[in-house]
Amino acid sequence: MRQRILPFLLALVVGLGLLTSASAEEPMPAEPPTAAPPAIDAGNTAWMLISTGLVMLMVPGLALFYGGMVRQKNVLGTMMHSMVALSIVGLQWVLFGYSLSFGTKDSSGWIGWDWGYVGLSGVAPNAAFPGTSIPIFVHCMFQGMFAIITPALISGALAERIKFGPYCLFVFLWVTVIYCPLAHWVWALDSTASAAGWLGKMGALDFAGGTVVHIAAGVSGLAAILLLRKRTGYPQQTVIPNSLVLTLTGAGLLWFGWFGFNGGSALAANGLAGAALAATQVAAAAAGLSWILAEWLHRGRPTALGLASGIVAGLVAVTPAAGFVTPLSAIIIGALAGVVCYAAVSLKPFLKYDDSLDAFGVHGVGGLLGALLTGVFASAALWQAGAGSTASLGALGEAGTDYAAQIMAQIYAAGVSIVFAFVGTAVLVVLIDKTVGFCLDPIDETEGLDLTQHGEVGFDLGYAAETVSETPHAAPRPASRPPNGHVKRFTVVLDGATPADLMRVWSDLCQAGPTPPSVEFQAVYPYVTTVQGNRFRFRGGDPVAMSANLLRLFGDRLGGKTLRASVEEARP
Amino acid sequence: MKLIVAIIRPERLEAVQQALNERDVYLMTVTDVRGCGRQRGYTEVYRGAEVRVNLLPKIKLEIAVTDAFVEAAVEAIVHAARAPETGQIGDGKIFVLPLEDCVRIRTGERGPEAIGP
Repeated sequence: MRQRILPFLLALVVGLGLLTSASAEEPMPAEPPTAAPPAIDAGNTAWMLISTGLVMLMVPGLALFYGGMVRQKNVLGTMMHSMVALSIVGLQWVLFGYSLSFGTKDSSGWIGWDWGYVGLSGVAPNAAFPGTSIPIFVHCMFQGMFAIITPALISGALAERIKFGPYCLFVFLWVTVIYCPLAHWVWALDSTASAAGWLGKMGALDFAGGTVVHIAAGVSGLAAILLLRKRTGYPQQTVIPNSLVLTLTGAGLLWFGWFGFNGGSALAANGLAGAALAATQVAAAAAGLSWILAEWLHRGRPTALGLASGIVAGLVAVTPAAGFVTPLSAIIIGALAGVVCYAAVSLKPFLKYDDSLDAFGVHGVGGLLGALLTGVFASAALWQAGAGSTASLGALGEAGTDYAAQIMAQIYAAGVSIVFAFVGTAVLVVLIDKTVGFCLDPIDETEGLDLTQHGEVGFDLGYAAETVSETPHAAPRPASRPPNGHVKRFTVVLDGATPADLMRVWSDLCQAGPTPPSVEFQAVYPYVTTVQGNRFRFRGGDPVAMSANLLRLFGDRLGGKTLRASVEEARP
Repeated sequence: MKLIVAIIRPERLEAVQQALNERDVYLMTVTDVRGCGRQRGYTEVYRGAEVRVNLLPKIKLEIAVTDAFVEAAVEAIVHAARAPETGQIGDGKIFVLPLEDCVRIRTGERGPEAIGP
């Protein structure tokens, strides 16, 4: 295992080394800025600092969300898929990912580059990002969180079957060759703060990453699972989530973090951020509700996993729309997302692909739905008021009513994202699978990711542990005879019926039914210890009363047979 | 000497242990097990996929006792492990097995002396 991973780590380190040395040789911009640097606004910057933290919290949120859905033997491995992205992409982004995505100084429209953004080495802390009043440092960190969570979303499709080392390689390559170009095409701004990427120029609207983040992640997940093998035993064996407690907690953290994801995408603390936050809240609420309602009608029960999934589906769908749509529109988007994504994951068994945790069913389908509905519900008036701008929105035109053009732009951008992410991921997956092997050895898969990939276990709690009392039991003391107290023991022998008849009647009696047990049974049952043939052994109770009750119980049910009872006292 | 093996409902463990202690039976091994008997399983639903759970969680008790304690222990388990009111399918089973020998590892004692608390 180690021998196979080492060359890749070495290649990675050497590659990074070359890159940083290349950037060091490049002359730094020597001339002082001619104009005064754009002003940094304290309020806007404060909100973006908070938003960065909020989006970061979505990564552990996602780790919990996914971690709860897998089997107990895979919980750590699955959570590691999310958490390790913080480390891998966290470095990739600062070293060159941000430059590939948002650099416009040294590049043409297809891919970004700005030598000053490499390691943020040429950026002054007070330099503002074009068109905003927040520092480039903050913009870089905020956008970095998006780059981190996107490949982590893909891990949901591949959960429970892939090796850790190749996964790390995949995350690094995927962000570099798929995420960075997509982000550049949609979001990059030139120094005059107008769109620099070709999709952005076309007027496609994507407020917080429906296309770049969710469609790309969902479709990439689909490409990977279509090329890789299914989990062993799927679909004959069904996987039972180890802890929906983790999943619900994770969904809650995702919701919380999404206020930064969408609200922060205004890149300012203004009306637009408020509109985005409101849309986010109501869409998540509507989607959670519509998912469990659909489930309730379809299956008869609203489930916790359904609520968690619905919440995430709604958050995904509102991501491209937040900031462009009114709260009422957001409710419609959320409600549709809950139902459509529920239908999508319900179809999975018929389509026969193994999307472990429904990354495609929720993020791919929800993202696509959101991107299209953004074209339907976008309101130029709302955006202009929120952003304090008079510019026309997207492809809606001067009057803000050209919805046909806007919907076409949305379809085009989503289509580009789908094709690019699908083909790009397919190439990456085949490359990794052919060189180092992507999937686990089936024996390792049976043993679980935790032990085979990390040598640890997530948790080891049996149900016996749940019933341990807080106060210790009595201390053991030696005894040669069991203390019987003063309870009388005796045996009632019933004659006149076959033991088989007696046993049949007794077995029926000792079983909860629609009617409460008879008075005679209630009087007898607590004292009965064991029954053998026609001998009923008692501990406690009055022998005469017990005999009488037994005779009545059996007499009624054995129709006409005359029974006799005799009492034998237990040997001392 | 006998080995008593009892399969009980997880939620009855506390009561069974209490009842055994009252009869001076303290030493036992408790294991989480899954099994199926006449109690049929149940159905769980995850994101629309129905899962039939046929093996239900149970607790297995293993208790080694001298002959004098067999009846007391069986009686304690029977009373404490029953679901209240009438009993239910799924309350469990008790197996009593002959026990060849018993050795306390610390002292090397053998036989009935080695069983005690």
